[in-house]
Amino acid sequence: MATKASRSAARLMMAPAVILLLGWMLVPLTMTLWFSFRTYLPLRGGDQGWTGFDNYVRFVTSSSFWPAVSTTLIIVAGVLAITIALGVLLAILLDQPMWGQGVVRILVIAPFFVMPTVSALVWKNIFMDPTNGLFAHLWRFFGADPVSWLSNAATPSIILIVSWQWLPFATLILLTAIQSLDSEQLEAAEMDGASPLARFFYITLPHLSRAITIVLLIQTIFLLAIFAEIFVTTGGAFGTRTLSYLIFQRVLESQNIGLGSAGGVYAIILANIVAIFLMRIVGKNLDT
Amino acid sequence: MGQIELKQVTKSFGDVQVIPPLDLTIKDGEFTVFVGPSGCGKSTLLRLIAGLEDITTGHIEIDGSDATDVVPARRGLAMVFQSYALYPHMSVRKNIAFPLKMAKMDQAEIDKRVDAAAQVLNLADYIDRRPGQLSGGQRQRVAIGRAIVREPAAFLFDEPLSNLDAALRVGMRMEISELHKKLATTMIYVTHDQVEAMTMADKIVVLQAGVIEQVGSPLELYRAPRNTFVAGFIGSPRMNLITGEEAAKHDAHTIGIRPEHIDVVESGGTWQGTVGVAEHLGSDTFFHIHNTGLADTLTVRAIGDVSLTHGDKIHLAPRADEIHRFDTAGLRIA
Repeated sequence: MATKASRSAARLMMAPAVILLLGWMLVPLTMTLWFSFRTYLPLRGGDQGWTGFDNYVRFVTSSSFWPAVSTTLIIVAGVLAITIALGVLLAILLDQPMWGQGVVRILVIAPFFVMPTVSALVWKNIFMDPTNGLFAHLWRFFGADPVSWLSNAATPSIILIVSWQWLPFATLILLTAIQSLDSEQLEAAEMDGASPLARFFYITLPHLSRAITIVLLIQTIFLLAIFAEIFVTTGGAFGTRTLSYLIFQRVLESQNIGLGSAGGVYAIILANIVAIFLMRIVGKNLDT
Repeated sequence: MGQIELKQVTKSFGDVQVIPPLDLTIKDGEFTVFVGPSGCGKSTLLRLIAGLEDITTGHIEIDGSDATDVVPARRGLAMVFQSYALYPHMSVRKNIAFPLKMAKMDQAEIDKRVDAAAQVLNLADYIDRRPGQLSGGQRQRVAIGRAIVREPAAFLFDEPLSNLDAALRVGMRMEISELHKKLATTMIYVTHDQVEAMTMADKIVVLQAGVIEQVGSPLELYRAPRNTFVAGFIGSPRMNLITGEEAAKHDAHTIGIRPEHIDVVESGGTWQGTVGVAEHLGSDTFFHIHNTGLADTLTVRAIGDVSLTHGDKIHLAPRADEIHRFDTAGLRIA
């Protein structure tokens, strides 16, 4: 694309995609901002005009705001910790030459293809049901009282379900990273007297740092917005109400679009704070 | 100390035996070069000695004790890899210190040894950089530094110069030779380049398909190659191998004569031909000669710049006492 003509042609060709993407982002964002400053109660009088920052004040001062923020962060952190720790181990395991490698790899990736709603329902009804669930049977087999997972340990249960869904993604990215590790480096470390554990911590893990960073960033973006898993399991009860679930409740259950929109703006701010935080911590891994 | 002995060592990958039973003794302090065409098993042999591959049958003894089942780290050997295998996320200092750190040596001693190695190899200027910021030759030095700090019984080099450009290769060749003189430690060096083998080795081991063809000093191999393979492999340009009628005159199946042992004469001469390609190097001229009736091409070296060009008629006089004779099995006739 060297000449003036070809450059303007390229701009013209790219324009539809750029306009579409911009529209896709800007229109909802503007509408959210617009509604967040208005009293809009669809079933109780509709759009009733400007209210200034009332919605913002009401949203943060509500007793459910800070618990929702902390639940969101706990779920995100828990899922990240589980998927990355297990992902690294699974990736190392899958990298070993073994019989039936292809089939095993597909099986490991499979959870990623299951829709969030479906997998949450499967976990809820088949595994975690306190009377008929597999866990309940297992507990009874050992003579213990079955746990009511989704009411007594609701947040850990959600973390478990979401981790199960995201583990394949982490494993896949980390597996490709592990496969690019030069085997001579491991052999050199072996000659240098490093034990298998030392080889893992001094060679493999630093090699994976960039891939772990990528997993961390991508998963955080998606995990801040998890909704379906909570909707079909606890419905936001038992301390599993995340920020995005709180917004959903404000808009649809309380029928208050203005208040929900203000929450949406807070969610954007929270996401950006987390993103900046992460970039600070792990950003240097992407440079080198 | 660093005497290494291989006794009836074999190696198979699945059903394929890449190294048939092999015996070899490497004396303490010797610079031994394994040389052979690619795929001849020289790198495998080195990895067997290092312990990175398990031997199928046989024994390896290091300094008289059986090391066959000893893990690589405990054999007291240090290896320099073809790709250098530096740890990319560690600084040069940490790379060199790594084996000492793994040996749980105390920090003061580590610093002392790293600084000493940096001194020997002129690494001081970039000791805090990472491998990614270094040139090929510098990385090579770091890899050697990482090997020498351990004060190993022997060094193993796996084609360490093949990733360097030609000028740097000659320089590093000298440096490794000097290092050997300075440390007087056993070194085993794998290469496919017979020039490296000739210039560096105390002892050359010529390998083909996992079999040792000949072991000897560079000049022994040059003067008395045991068979046609060694004759063709050692020496540059390659020895001319001639079969047929001309060989029969010398009571042999094959005769060999090196390009530097054929003189170009004005007239007469034993053999005649036409010049194909003439390579003028200034100090020498290499002629590739056709239509001699002996072999497809005959290579001849003339001292200085001889002004014969493509298509010219050339007269050749081989030196009778430099002709090597081989029998039908390709073995040397004394």
